[in-house]
Amino acid sequence: MTEQPALLRVKNLATQFFSQEGVLDAVDGVSFEVRRGEALGIAGESGCGKSVTAQSILRIVPKHGRIVDGEILWQPNPLQPDSAPIDLVKLNDRGQEIRRIRGAEIAMVFQEPMSAFSMVYTIGNQIAEVIRLHQRCSEQEARERTIEILRRVGMPRPEQTIDAYPFALSGGMRQRAMIAMALSCHPALLIADEPTTAVDVTIQAQVLELMKDLQREMGMALIVITHDLAVISELCNRVMIMYLGKDVESAPAKELFTNPRHPYTVGLLRSVPELGEGRTQEIAPIAGTVPNPYQRPAGCSFHPRCPECIPGLCDVQYPPQVEVSKGHRVRCHLYTEE
Amino acid sequence: MQQPAVADNLQPAQIPAGDNVLEVRNLRKHFPIVRGFFRRTVGHVKAVDDINFHVARGETLALVGESGCGKTTTGRCVMRAIEPTGGQVLFRKGDGEEVAITQLDRVTLRSVQRHMGMIFQDPFSSLNPRLTVLEIIGEPFVTRKLIKSRRELEDRVARLLQSVRLDPSYMRRYPHAFSGGQRQRIAIARALALDPDFVVADEPVSALDVSVQAQILSLLRELQADLNLTYLFITHNLSVVEYISDRVAVMYVGQIVELGETAAIFRRPRHPYAEALLSAVPMIETDGSGRRRERIILEGDVADPSNVPAGCTFHPRCPYVQEICRTDAPDLLNLAAPNEHPHYVRCHFADELDLQGVTK
Repeated sequence: MTEQPALLRVKNLATQFFSQEGVLDAVDGVSFEVRRGEALGIAGESGCGKSVTAQSILRIVPKHGRIVDGEILWQPNPLQPDSAPIDLVKLNDRGQEIRRIRGAEIAMVFQEPMSAFSMVYTIGNQIAEVIRLHQRCSEQEARERTIEILRRVGMPRPEQTIDAYPFALSGGMRQRAMIAMALSCHPALLIADEPTTAVDVTIQAQVLELMKDLQREMGMALIVITHDLAVISELCNRVMIMYLGKDVESAPAKELFTNPRHPYTVGLLRSVPELGEGRTQEIAPIAGTVPNPYQRPAGCSFHPRCPECIPGLCDVQYPPQVEVSKGHRVRCHLYTEE
Repeated sequence: MQQPAVADNLQPAQIPAGDNVLEVRNLRKHFPIVRGFFRRTVGHVKAVDDINFHVARGETLALVGESGCGKTTTGRCVMRAIEPTGGQVLFRKGDGEEVAITQLDRVTLRSVQRHMGMIFQDPFSSLNPRLTVLEIIGEPFVTRKLIKSRRELEDRVARLLQSVRLDPSYMRRYPHAFSGGQRQRIAIARALALDPDFVVADEPVSALDVSVQAQILSLLRELQADLNLTYLFITHNLSVVEYISDRVAVMYVGQIVELGETAAIFRRPRHPYAEALLSAVPMIETDGSGRRRERIILEGDVADPSNVPAGCTFHPRCPYVQEICRTDAPDLLNLAAPNEHPHYVRCHFADELDLQGVTK
């Protein structure tokens, strides 16, 4: 893909949670870009801040959380140079403007379709509501569009399933309905938070294939948040690896999987048994566990688990971001002195 | 090792006296569906429907399948944690004595159950938050009155904690003080407390973080080698199956559709469902290695076990479906040559189809 102008530019984003235990840096100085039609994968273990990053973009950070620093520049029409980007951080999170963007320009697919739908309305009702909220059209028209979008996501018999309640659908169907709802207003950016974690393998294959097709067809940008690197490898052009709120490594997908640089990325890739490698394959677990986010280690937060830790440096100083090759950025002292 | 393929020709004489820890014959578990004020039974969920397998001493048999295929129910039935509806489970203790678990009374059952351990999926709900680690791991000794003094109990628990690579000084802490991986180690220590021969591990790594999964998997493998354990490993994750198991049974809607050596099935599956499962797993693409294969996308969802399709249960989703599949249910047949390891498949066309595996 040729260089497209950036649709979304996140600069130095920092989101904190304030609780009795102290201040938690959920997202700590993360920067990335998403171009039109591009798919970015954000990967990391639980507590690394990948979901909070998505919530910050949509300004739906839960209570007690706040964006404390950074910019989220949103430019839905980057081809028109005179249209200035909107800084989503500056918007009122309950204001008119962010509500216009949510759902219409940036949409989100959640992990648990059962809890993302209201159980007392039919799925058709809930999808049509989104359409009517963002586009001026009659009820009849909204219903027709809903059937159309349900058909597009491969829902069997959309004329009937539109009147089904979420509990009556199977896990795969619900996930399709969820995607249909997200796509109903043709968003420029779709954020999918663990879209396939709650479904079975064969359904996961269906959903992945569907998302690939839709992205290609509708030309929308995609952010996939997952702990499963293989899912990212199937869907994304770029990858960002997060650890304890920091973007430790980001690179084009192919580059990252063939040439991972950060010891954490290397560890992640080595710690999962890979299909087709047989019983004799070596898996090398990363030592220790993700530390308590309230007690973040000094220096590089990965140093207590890092096999390459340089004492006196890694445990003292946080490594700056280094660009090791074009578009491949890593935060690690191993690459600071070249 | 031989194993009865079809229920009809099952005769005790055919089963060799090999060192099988577990033999499961025609195991069935049907849950009634009750409706209305009088709680009339209106149907049955056939969670486990006539399955046969054995587990040899020291090996790992994986049960793999999607949600609702009956793998967990099978795991619980073989321990009689829930009562099977029918069938027989034979368990051979370390000293060679064979007991029919399904025929035991409660007291004898309890004495046999001490030779079996169980590890659950979610270490956050399987450990009592109000008990210390010492109490959790020591509980089997206390309830079975196996240990006299508190000193002895602490010694045993300390040794168990060491065996799962945890610091014994942690034994006075409560589960909330531990991370997911550490809790799963505690759960493993508890399962191993009474020195069992046989452990049922029900999705032991599914709830854990990626980097921690590998730690638990290698711990389970080390323990197996050290203590000569036999595992029945229940999972939906095929990469884990390949890493940990010697043999694998693929289940679909309460039945085993394919059973054989893990390496053989991953190289060349013989049942279309096994093929589709393998091809559905997303893989990391490192460029140019040519590993990416044609993916088979199954239509629709897993069949409803309370309303099983006629004929082969897989036929509504099978890409190779023929007329006969819609009407006749295939039997589980051994396709391997006499000198090879048995390979059972439940498919009318297992011989004709040339299916794709994941290993070369």
